[in-house]
Amino acid sequence: MSATRDKFGRPVVVVTGMGVATSLGAGKVDNWKKLTAGESGIRTITRFPIEGMKTTIAGAVDFLNVDPFSSTDLSEKLGEIVAEEAIAQAGIGTKGDFPGPLFLAVAPVEVEWPQRQALAQAAGTNADINYDTLLRVAGSGSFTAYHRRFLFGSVADSLADTFGTKGSPISLSTACASGATAIQLGVEAIRRGEADAALCVGTDGSVNPEALIRFSLLSALSTNNDTPAKASRPFAKNREGFVMAEGAGALVLESLEAATARGAKILGVVAGCGELSDSFHRTRSSPDGKPIIGCVKNGLIDAGMTVDQIDYINAHGTGTPENDKMEYLGISTVFGERAKTVPVSSNKSMLGHTLSAAGAVEAVFSLLTLEHQRIPPTINYDVPDPAIPFDVVPNTARDARVTAVMSNSFGFGGQNVSLILTGEPV
Amino acid sequence: MAETRPVVSEPVEAWITGIGLASSLGEGPDAHWEALNAKRVNVDETAFAPYVVHPLSPLNYDTQIPKKGDQRQMEAWQRIGTYAAGLALDSAGVKGNKDILSKMDMIVAAGGGERDLNVDSSILNSEAHGNATPSYLNEKLLNDLRPTLFLAQLSNLLAGNIAIVHGVTGSSRTFMGEEAAGVDAVRIALARIAAGQSDIALVGAGHNGERKDMLLLYEFNNFNLRDKYASVWDRKTNSGFALGSGGAFLVIESKAHAEARGAKPFARLKTVVADRARRKNGGEVTAVLDKLWSEVGARDQDTAIITGATGAEPATSEELSFLKKHAGVPVRATGSSFGHFVESQFPLGIGLAALSLSRGALYAPNDSTGLEIEMSKAPSQIVVIGAGHWRGEGMALVEAI
Repeated sequence: MSATRDKFGRPVVVVTGMGVATSLGAGKVDNWKKLTAGESGIRTITRFPIEGMKTTIAGAVDFLNVDPFSSTDLSEKLGEIVAEEAIAQAGIGTKGDFPGPLFLAVAPVEVEWPQRQALAQAAGTNADINYDTLLRVAGSGSFTAYHRRFLFGSVADSLADTFGTKGSPISLSTACASGATAIQLGVEAIRRGEADAALCVGTDGSVNPEALIRFSLLSALSTNNDTPAKASRPFAKNREGFVMAEGAGALVLESLEAATARGAKILGVVAGCGELSDSFHRTRSSPDGKPIIGCVKNGLIDAGMTVDQIDYINAHGTGTPENDKMEYLGISTVFGERAKTVPVSSNKSMLGHTLSAAGAVEAVFSLLTLEHQRIPPTINYDVPDPAIPFDVVPNTARDARVTAVMSNSFGFGGQNVSLILTGEPV
Repeated sequence: MAETRPVVSEPVEAWITGIGLASSLGEGPDAHWEALNAKRVNVDETAFAPYVVHPLSPLNYDTQIPKKGDQRQMEAWQRIGTYAAGLALDSAGVKGNKDILSKMDMIVAAGGGERDLNVDSSILNSEAHGNATPSYLNEKLLNDLRPTLFLAQLSNLLAGNIAIVHGVTGSSRTFMGEEAAGVDAVRIALARIAAGQSDIALVGAGHNGERKDMLLLYEFNNFNLRDKYASVWDRKTNSGFALGSGGAFLVIESKAHAEARGAKPFARLKTVVADRARRKNGGEVTAVLDKLWSEVGARDQDTAIITGATGAEPATSEELSFLKKHAGVPVRATGSSFGHFVESQFPLGIGLAALSLSRGALYAPNDSTGLEIEMSKAPSQIVVIGAGHWRGEGMALVEAI
């Protein structure tokens, strides 16, 4: 490695540690093995009653012991294990003393049903229960732990305490692009010289009845409940919605200069970050594709790269009729004829949509693609969509020469992010 | 379309060129200036009794959110924020300027949207009175929740609505995390401009304080002010905060970008710093505030302090210990006049600081304890403080131009 600044004079930002946990398991080894084997982590939900639900499947993480249980506690636990894996790999700082800020992508936190029900139970069955009742019970002093737990900042607060990150931790949301935004914020901080290292985490443990129903009411979810592993079908003609999932991804980012100075192993480079927002609609993309096109272009411009240099696209690929079509429009406009030949696969075909974690989880898989020179497949691709002539790396992983990966995340409410990840500085 | 920005050798100077304020005291800089100098406080001690709130003064939403359909998509929190964002864009003179708005960066500090209290209560009642099967929760939520309510609740959709209604479509980030989110939104927006990563940003938050679901969160640990209003410094025996409804948005812009379009600044946003004391032991908040004061580069002469001190303990007492070290510096607690804006508190403080500096005066004190003293001359700088009721400490230095 020669220059520690890129061609625009900015500090090169490298990855020195990665952590991941999904419905496929905890850690990079298990996840990569199963992902490249085309295994699905999507199953029938067992965590809560599913009678009456239109969608009864999810990529839930059920192998962690979280007690007391809440989606927020699960999100925190997931964030903790991936941050630990990433920091251990990076060998940076000391235990409980990470030399940089925390950027955390997390689902919006709120009081959940088990806690609301506990309050109602404490009110007694003679009471007529409304929020005045709940307020009276809340003020009793028996539920002080719920205050801290259900503050929006509580997960970041816990992770900052555990890992000893510096300064004010930032919890962020850009809907489905959140995980990528967390990485982008870390890149920007290092490029500004504010920090030599940043811990970027995306986590989501939201599979609970209300969250599932909220997406269901927007008709966003697959209802292919009979064959859960086959329900997520990005880019296929018979796709009909996304599958909710849980997971977390973490990256330790450092300036190349700092990483080299301490002899850290460089796992990859975050060469560029592009973003652009869409003002068309709260859940649908602009039909002309301009925001997605602009976002993808911005990523390439930020990396100082051209479409010919991108060897693989890790797609947003949620498997909704709308997203996949718009993603094709965006990519084909920017990549031209290459759009038909550059491999484009969706991890979500196996994991489902890990929501706030997706951008971070998929960044980790993009970096593992660079490390192993193997592209994970898009599974459940039995019926190609003639309107989306991508090479989706159908059903089976493929060995390939990969030097640069584009990882896309496009969110509800129109917040779009494209990351460009390379094995070596550009 | 972006071009890759060159690295800057010197921090780029940033101006506050737009201020959007809507609250219990009215809307816009003039109404607020008049109300603050008249020491007016608008509180309601009955509607949410025993809790005290600062209710939103009536806004004509049509003036900032022209489409009724857009208004209906939102609940109060998003409407308030989208309204205040529009006021800020008007204030900066960029409303409707597609060239600028399409490249404008946005950082919103957000909580989340209102729950359907009736649906929640109905479910809890049936469950409590033995009328519920195991799948009852599912059925009730599926049948009774308005499908688009989720969109009114999603934290990132205040930014989404601002993009849709006002056409702000550069970058968009939403920070969550109570008071600290408001501090960090301003901090990151400034950092990006100072480093040449951004030219112009819309930053701020909206907050609906008239919500039993939010009162509930703070009630778990007895943080709500009860029964009677008192100014923030006068809550020793009855500590807590009164939630306030309102929104505060700022347009922050590089000096060069502002001058190129002929925009005039309210003030210079010089520095924003933030940290997070673990608050395991007493005195930690005071110590962090001491550290931030020197980091932000403030002095005591010709300076005023505008603080979002909440009235919650022990944070407020710890801040008082810090303030006593700067006893000659006039202080104003926005919590007394506006209530607790949570995510919006710090942007509110910045807006009031910029407004004061642009008018060459600090507005009148409003405090029964005598801590807040008059300021007879014009401040040349104002330090804005944001210490969270639970976590997070932030400070900004705003300078007169």
